[in-house]
Amino acid sequence: MVEPGRQRSGAALTWRHNPDPQQAGWVKSDRQLDRERDQHRRAVRSLTLAATSTVALAALVAWVLASSPGWQRVQQSFFSWEQAEAALPSVASGLVLNVQLFLTAEPLILLLGLAVALTRTLRSPVTFPLRVLAVVYTDVFRGVPTLLVVFLVGFGLPALNLQGTPTSLFQLALIALVLSYGAYVAEVFRAGIDSVHPSQLASARSLGLSQGQALRHVVLPQAIRRVVPPLLNDFISLQKDTALVAAIGMVDALNAANIYASTNFNYTPYFVAAGFFVALTVPLARINDVLAARAQRRMLGGAR
Amino acid sequence: MRLRLTIGAALLAVLTACAPANNTTGSASHQPHSSGSTGDSCAKGNLHLLHPGRLTIATSPTVYEPWMVHNDPTNGKGFESAVAYALARHLGFSSSQVDWVKEPFNASYQPGGKNFDFDINQISITPQRAKVVDFSVGYYNAAQAIITLKSSKYASAKSLADFRTAKLGAQVGTTSLEAIQNGIAPQQQPLVYQDTNNAKSALLNSQIDGIVVDLPTAFYITAVQIPAGTIVGQFQPTSSTQEQFGLLFEKGNPLVVCVDKALSAMKSSGERGRIQQRWLSQVVNVPVLR
Repeated sequence: MVEPGRQRSGAALTWRHNPDPQQAGWVKSDRQLDRERDQHRRAVRSLTLAATSTVALAALVAWVLASSPGWQRVQQSFFSWEQAEAALPSVASGLVLNVQLFLTAEPLILLLGLAVALTRTLRSPVTFPLRVLAVVYTDVFRGVPTLLVVFLVGFGLPALNLQGTPTSLFQLALIALVLSYGAYVAEVFRAGIDSVHPSQLASARSLGLSQGQALRHVVLPQAIRRVVPPLLNDFISLQKDTALVAAIGMVDALNAANIYASTNFNYTPYFVAAGFFVALTVPLARINDVLAARAQRRMLGGAR
Repeated sequence: MRLRLTIGAALLAVLTACAPANNTTGSASHQPHSSGSTGDSCAKGNLHLLHPGRLTIATSPTVYEPWMVHNDPTNGKGFESAVAYALARHLGFSSSQVDWVKEPFNASYQPGGKNFDFDINQISITPQRAKVVDFSVGYYNAAQAIITLKSSKYASAKSLADFRTAKLGAQVGTTSLEAIQNGIAPQQQPLVYQDTNNAKSALLNSQIDGIVVDLPTAFYITAVQIPAGTIVGQFQPTSSTQEQFGLLFEKGNPLVVCVDKALSAMKSSGERGRIQQRWLSQVVNVPVLR
């Protein structure tokens, strides 16, 4: 709220300095023009300063790197173009495994996570053991490092020698990743479900929907929409953690890089693998942004 | 104003911190320490060392028999520990003047100064690796061996070609992996483990038909860790050359010359043979696969 008195005095000022009767409507005062000139000057000045300091910092970093006595060897060991080219085929063929694992694991993780989260919302006393199981599962598998789960499932499960346990390494790796990430995703879903206000469920029930119907048609649609960004966040993390299957001997992108690196004593392949992982992650991050923007638009419902 | 001063001071501090270090182990300074300035450049006082008067040896954080015993490099037991102490003696160091540091294999070839005089870790000498680091002359003529379970159909294999259909595993960074790819060229891609322990688990789980390791390690594995396993045979990773383990030095380290001299003396005097006889004597009578 602007004080009426001040506004009046401003208007008076304007007319005193611009007494031109020909000009209809509002005219910028000299003071306003001054102000705009000053703002422009400041903008140019800060832009110039920002650009200069950015260039100066970049130059400084480049100079310090390039003039350090070991730079050539660092470049040769970490950023060698020839080594990158030589390692590219094996790293790329390893990446196929990462992508396969990731694409297969993701839907399974969603299903498991949702099932566990829903189990935790059950209220009937009969389902008490299920709820306990769900709590123990999320607690244990979120607490245990994923690498350990990969080891346990990859080497431990087949060692049980039970009939029907999978022997294919791919299946074992898949089980390990799904178990580990299912626990995280279950908690994300539960957070989403908890974030829907209880009045939503109460009104759905008062309209005659059963508990299940209310969950299905009222709570879950709102909950899932809310947790899409954290879910995508977990999946980006999963993409990288598919590299953990190297622990049980599978040759993924990272293991392929490791093999090349230790054969030729050159670290460049790791950066090749990193480049691939970033290339996989960036599109997901942009999808995340688009989804977040869409959710924002929907919540505003057309208002600006 | 105070902020600008702070920024300026911080930049200055960064610049000073990034100033080139006085690199005493760098390739630029090859002059040996001149404390005992006699004519012999390999006299103890003239050696180019990380810490004057002490010999700093690196090995991997966990060490296995028969190379070292009880996961302890300092006890002089096991082939590599014994070689290291014998070498130290030849260079003029007493046992108490030897320091050990842990160096994971992946870190041993990083560029720049090293925190050891040399690394002893069953590292095979190859031309690609020699571009990045320096190696001593070989201190052990290695061979690769294939281990399978006694119950495996590959246990009776007579040639490398018999393994073409097998699913094999090896440890990353070893020449065993190259041996599989060059010597056997199996139809299925080999599995590659971070250490030999994991390869053993996979073998016991029948996730792989066989593992390829160096011959002395194969003896230890079949004797102690997998009694149900058997060594099918030995072979060279590349058919033309003899694989050798060498000590790893920073590129350009002048100490290599003196260590090479000492290793050669140990070889011609029969000392190395005796050490080998003591710790690796089982490594005989293994059929050679071709």
